[in-house]
Amino acid sequence: MKRHLISTGDLTRDDALLILDTAEELARVSQRSIKKLPTLRGRTVVNLFFEDSTRTRISFEAAAKRLSADVINFSAKGSSVSKGESLKDTALTLEAMGADAVVIRHSASGAPHRLASWVRGSVVNAGDGTHEHPTQALLDAFSIRRRLGRLEGLKIAIVGDVLHSRVARSNVLLLHTLGAEVTLVAPPTLLPVAVGTWPCQVSYDLDAVLPKSDVVMMLRVQLERMNAAYFPSAREYSRRYGLDRDRFARLHDDAIVMHPGPMNRGMEISAEVADSPRSTIVEQVANGVTVRMAVLYLLLGGSEPAIGGAE
Amino acid sequence: MSDARNPARAVLEGPDIHRALTRIAHEILERTRGAESVVLIGIPTRGATLAQRIAERIAQFEGIKVPVGAIDVTMYRDDLRLRPARPLGRTELPADGVDGRTVVLVDDVLYSGRTVRAALDALNDVGRPRAVQLATLVDRGHRELPIRADYVGKNLPTSKSEKVKVFLEETDGRDAVVLIKEGDR
Repeated sequence: MKRHLISTGDLTRDDALLILDTAEELARVSQRSIKKLPTLRGRTVVNLFFEDSTRTRISFEAAAKRLSADVINFSAKGSSVSKGESLKDTALTLEAMGADAVVIRHSASGAPHRLASWVRGSVVNAGDGTHEHPTQALLDAFSIRRRLGRLEGLKIAIVGDVLHSRVARSNVLLLHTLGAEVTLVAPPTLLPVAVGTWPCQVSYDLDAVLPKSDVVMMLRVQLERMNAAYFPSAREYSRRYGLDRDRFARLHDDAIVMHPGPMNRGMEISAEVADSPRSTIVEQVANGVTVRMAVLYLLLGGSEPAIGGAE
Repeated sequence: MSDARNPARAVLEGPDIHRALTRIAHEILERTRGAESVVLIGIPTRGATLAQRIAERIAQFEGIKVPVGAIDVTMYRDDLRLRPARPLGRTELPADGVDGRTVVLVDDVLYSGRTVRAALDALNDVGRPRAVQLATLVDRGHRELPIRADYVGKNLPTSKSEKVKVFLEETDGRDAVVLIKEGDR
């Protein structure tokens, strides 16, 4: 059966736990001097990036290479896409090159889903528009579990620009599956219309949510998407929804702070908070490689994928 | 579990396993001149348990603590593509590593030899042992690679259609080696 990782909503609880447990074992490999495993020898992973993203692309590339897969990087800039080639034609080209997996980042929500019907290999969504970014959610869940030892029953606040955030949606779906209680905190203008149908709570008041949270996940204010007036000024946003020293002090002692990066220091998170030992921001990057190795292994390592949604 | 209900022929019972491991521990001590610089590395899950038991015996007989570890070989298997990707076992290496040591690999059943081949590759990525030896509770024959064990609990002639299942107290609640004939399941 052909399976993909397009939405965290496709993952069952068992799938999600299998990914996290596999990543846990693979994390040990990252600590030894030879970090390479021969598992995906002879398999080809194509990184198809229509949108700039250095950290995600490098993370996927490192993950594939540590599993000995061949990696082909394809970025839209300077490629045939800039000459007007369609997604479908690009997909057929990749198909002809024999890609076993395609990792796709695209500005259009739903692009990975379309791609999945055109290629024979597994499709891994590395972020599509404002829709989803499943491996980010998986690495967030993994980072939380490593720090706090569990996910079940944790209270997790996701704060900021939920409207444009694929990270928020993927996290809400995944963390709900794994038994955590998620609260979205944002100004009403930065929440999607359909947020009422998401398996989470919604609040407009960060100060009320903070004291009872075990995890605070700050989202980046996507300045490049702020063409409409979603809030009066950056300063006002930062006052009401930024995580500064005073707010940080009101968290309980074991609570952790996360951010998917890149950060706007001084906007949604103060430098002091970002660099504190209770922030997981640097670990999240290292955990990203491990979790992506687990995903690639479980999709490509066997005769058929062990996780993911059928197309 | 169908195996537990089925009184399929138990080839080794608890005391037999006990005695076999005791003998293996003595043989290791003898062959390695007192288990100096020996590291016991089990292949999860039951090989790791057996390595632990052998180490306990060596400690009992000679009062020396042999480092024990486990090495998961899943990512090194040559039959990965014959089945869906499987969960990984735990790799736990002794703090001092394996460099320059005599590694005794421990597994429950030696059959085709492919698991041991994978273990040798895995071992290669974590260090360079001075020598590698192999201990197995049951050798059931039918090797597909030029691999043999240095320490064998019991040689068990089997047919390829049979299955050998090892139960251990720690993981299965009882000690036994069971031979399951085809059609018994």
